[in-house]
Amino acid sequence: MILQTLSFYLFASICVASGVMVISSRNPVHAVLYLILAFFNAAGLFVLMGAEFLAMLLVIVYVGAVAVLFLFVVMMLDINFTELRQGFLQYLPIGALVGFILLVELLLVLGSWAVSPDAGAALVATNATVGGTTNSHALGRLIYTHYAFLFQCAGLILLIAMIGAIVLTLRERVGVKRQNVGRQVARRREDSVVVVQVDSGKGI
Amino acid sequence: MVIGLDHFLTVAAILFTLGIFGIFLNRKNVIVILMSVELMLLAVNINLVAFSTHLQDLVGQVFALFILTVAAAEAAIGLAILVVYFRNRGTIAVEDINMMKG
Repeated sequence: MILQTLSFYLFASICVASGVMVISSRNPVHAVLYLILAFFNAAGLFVLMGAEFLAMLLVIVYVGAVAVLFLFVVMMLDINFTELRQGFLQYLPIGALVGFILLVELLLVLGSWAVSPDAGAALVATNATVGGTTNSHALGRLIYTHYAFLFQCAGLILLIAMIGAIVLTLRERVGVKRQNVGRQVARRREDSVVVVQVDSGKGI
Repeated sequence: MVIGLDHFLTVAAILFTLGIFGIFLNRKNVIVILMSVELMLLAVNINLVAFSTHLQDLVGQVFALFILTVAAAEAAIGLAILVVYFRNRGTIAVEDINMMKG
C-alpha cells in the first residue's frame, strides 16, 4: 500500500510539473518533450487505477503518434518563436485569474459530490477485478459486443481524419514529370511510329 | 494513507486548469494551444478512468478510449491545417488568422 501511495505521488507530481513546463517553456521542442513526459506519467496513473489497456494505448497513441506528430510539425515549420512569445506576461494576470477561479470551482465540486444510490442499478459492465479476468480481456469483450457500433464509428473517425490530413497537405507541384497511366495505355502504335520507305540512293 | 478517487480527481482538475491557463498564456502560438487542448483531454480521460475504477464500471474506460480516438484525430487535422496555413502565410500567429473576417 505504501508503494502505491508513493508511486501515485511520484507520477502525479511529475505529471503536473511537466504540464506546467508544457505551457511555460520557451522552446516548443522542449514543450513537446515535456508533453511526452506528462503522457508517460499519466499512463503510470492509469496503471495505478487498474486500466492497463488504456495506459498502454496512451503510450502508443499519444507518445508514439500524436507527440511525434507535434515534434515533426514544430521542427518542420520555420517559425520565429520569440516573436510569438511577446505578450506572454500581458496575458498572465487574466489567465491566472480565470485558471484560479476554475481550479477553485473544480475543487469545490470535488469536495461536495456524492454517488447516487441508484448508480449500482445503472451498471452495465463490471470491472475486470470483479470478474477475475484481465482488464484488456474485459474491455475487449465490452467493445466488441455492446459498443461495436461506436467502435466502428471511432475507426471511421480516424479514417476521415487520415484522409482529411492527406487532402489538406497534398499540393500539386508544377514542373514535375509524372507517369500518366491513361495516356500511356491509350497510346497506339500508329500514333508514335511512322514507317518510311526510303528509296536507295536518296536521303529522306 | 490510501489513494482514493479524490486524489486522482485533484490531479485531473489541476491538469485541466493548466490546459486552460496555457491557452491564455500562449495566445499567439497555435502549436502550444493545441498542446494545451491535449492536456485538457488527458485530464478528462483521467477523470473518466478514475470514476470507472471507483464505481467498478468498465464503460468509463470505453468512453476514455473514444476520447483518445477523437483527440488523435483532432491533433492530426489541427496540425495539417497548421501546415497548410504556414505554407500560405508564412506565419502561425493567431492574430494573423483573419482572412475569413470571422
